[in-house]
Amino acid sequence: MSKDVKERSFTTISGVPVNEIYTEPVPDSGKPGEPPYTRGIYPTMYRGRLWTMRQFSGFGTPEDTNRRYHYLLSQGQTGLSVAFHLPTLMGYDSDHPMSEGEVGKCGVAIDSLADMETLFEGIPLDKISTSMTTNAPATILWSMYLTVAEKRGIPWTSLRGTIQNDILKEYIAEKTYIFPPRPSMKLVVDTFEFGTQFVPQWNTISVSGYHIREAGSTALQELAFTLYDGIEYVEWALRAGLKIDEFAPRLSFFFNAHSDFFEEIAKYRAARKVWYRVMTERFHTRDPRSALLRFHTQTAGCALTAQQPNNNIVRVALQALSAVLGGTQSLHTNALDESLALPTEHAARIALRTQQIIAHETGVTKTADPFGGSYFLETLTNDMEKGCWEYFARLDDMGGMVAAIEQGYPQREIQDAAYTYQMAVERKEKIIVGVNDFVSDEEPIPVLQIDETVAAHQSVRLRHLRETRDNGRTRDTLEALKSAASAGNKNMMPLVLDCVRSYATLGEICDALRAVYGVYEESII
Amino acid sequence: MPERIRVLVAKPGLDGHDRGAKVIARAFRDAGFEVIYTGLRQTPEQVVHAALQEDVDVIGLSVLSGAHMTLCPRILELMKKEKLDDVLVIVGGIIPDPDIPKLKELGVSEVFQPGASTEDIIAYIRKHVRSNGQN
Repeated sequence: MSKDVKERSFTTISGVPVNEIYTEPVPDSGKPGEPPYTRGIYPTMYRGRLWTMRQFSGFGTPEDTNRRYHYLLSQGQTGLSVAFHLPTLMGYDSDHPMSEGEVGKCGVAIDSLADMETLFEGIPLDKISTSMTTNAPATILWSMYLTVAEKRGIPWTSLRGTIQNDILKEYIAEKTYIFPPRPSMKLVVDTFEFGTQFVPQWNTISVSGYHIREAGSTALQELAFTLYDGIEYVEWALRAGLKIDEFAPRLSFFFNAHSDFFEEIAKYRAARKVWYRVMTERFHTRDPRSALLRFHTQTAGCALTAQQPNNNIVRVALQALSAVLGGTQSLHTNALDESLALPTEHAARIALRTQQIIAHETGVTKTADPFGGSYFLETLTNDMEKGCWEYFARLDDMGGMVAAIEQGYPQREIQDAAYTYQMAVERKEKIIVGVNDFVSDEEPIPVLQIDETVAAHQSVRLRHLRETRDNGRTRDTLEALKSAASAGNKNMMPLVLDCVRSYATLGEICDALRAVYGVYEESII
Repeated sequence: MPERIRVLVAKPGLDGHDRGAKVIARAFRDAGFEVIYTGLRQTPEQVVHAALQEDVDVIGLSVLSGAHMTLCPRILELMKKEKLDDVLVIVGGIIPDPDIPKLKELGVSEVFQPGASTEDIIAYIRKHVRSNGQN
């Protein structure tokens, strides 16, 4: 089974050659909490405060997911992260024909403010921070969250959380887009402006490499495209007249934790350094907080195997460890059964416990950036940084990320990397335990099944909503939204909020915007 | 010279996870198949329409959203109506074990779960393709 050392290729999982030994002296990477922040954004790192343990979670009805949230919080989870089902992400109500078969499957079904009220029932919004994975309809779901708080008398200034709101990586990788890039970018900039004024503790974007990596990119491509997406958002916001130091401190990031241990740690370290240089040198920020790269990490879903699924516990633990050693601010650990279905409660608990074991048993939290000064890791970090600047130069030449997406450039780069990786696995140049080596038969494990009763439940709720709300008011708010979208010169957030308050459904609001903005059709590359 | 095997790679459902579909499409091309990729979010009607138009020997469905037990039966039913009886249907994606026998009963020839190799899938198609394509 084992191969001769000479036959193995010594590269990272992304194909970067790795030397037998590293002896070159490396430039000093500074101190944690000091520019360029390679070693961490806080001087004391986890001695001061642990990362937020934030498990991405959502399935079935709002009631189902509300119960799971209460369970996770009772087990020591410290933040919430909402997984919406695909119809919500694509701007369809649960009773739309396109939603058939999808309701409650990949996340929780949210059709209106009424569902959002149920989802957060009994959860103290002023004490728990909530992240919401929503992109094309981010303005709507954020408005629903804000309205739930408003109805409970909780001031927006005390709310903490994140909307993913990263539409660029949807065109690049995850593909849950609705509107074309240009109006979508306007909506993103509107949330920056609105957040700065009214919800100052909210992260109005989480610029995400996670999905780029899941689509098959290398570690360097994940880093370079994500940070460049960040640059693109800043450029758009500046062009809209926003002031850099007013919105930049609320930008946050989201990276993947894949299986190549050292390469991943280098990626996080390089990310902080590159972003610091981008913000201070390219955008001339003055507020030190504007140049700090804060990030969430999720372990790699694409690295989980359906074969011998219990092995995934070990994979996730090692991936999570790299994120912690890389200085993440919050972390999601995948459950062992997620290559088969959404996690069972049992699997979700083990995933959370994995973080707690790293935090409380391994001792890795006791000093900041323990790998600082390692010949190997500092070299990897520098190489990762260099690679980023090369990609940035290419993207600048193309006229920025929106233009590059329109030319299919990042999409093609990722597809090529995905194919190269798959072929390397099939040639056994890369070994995946239980898949292309060390194969054994195992009994299937029980998985979570979501049946069609969720769709029926949501349809009943929607019918009831449409019968009992003030339909005249709903129509008016939707009309006002449409005219503002056509005019194009107003911040859309207050108008979306009005629609939400009048219990317009997510599908209705998206339809109103589709009527003005149109829909994005991907050209096949 | 025998005709090349024509494959429709289709992505029904709302998810945008097209990594698998794209990798498979490219591997099929490298294996000498004619490949038509539908793009994302195709309704069952669109998938079957494309299969008819393109006169394919094989339909490869990629579903990762969990909606396969709604979408696959609908596609198979429409295929029956259009008399596409000799078209081989294979499915890939996140398909839990208990659903596999149900899909096969409906007329799916084979289900490939995460970790399946493109080589195995290509060999399977070569062996089982029913219509005019080369064997």
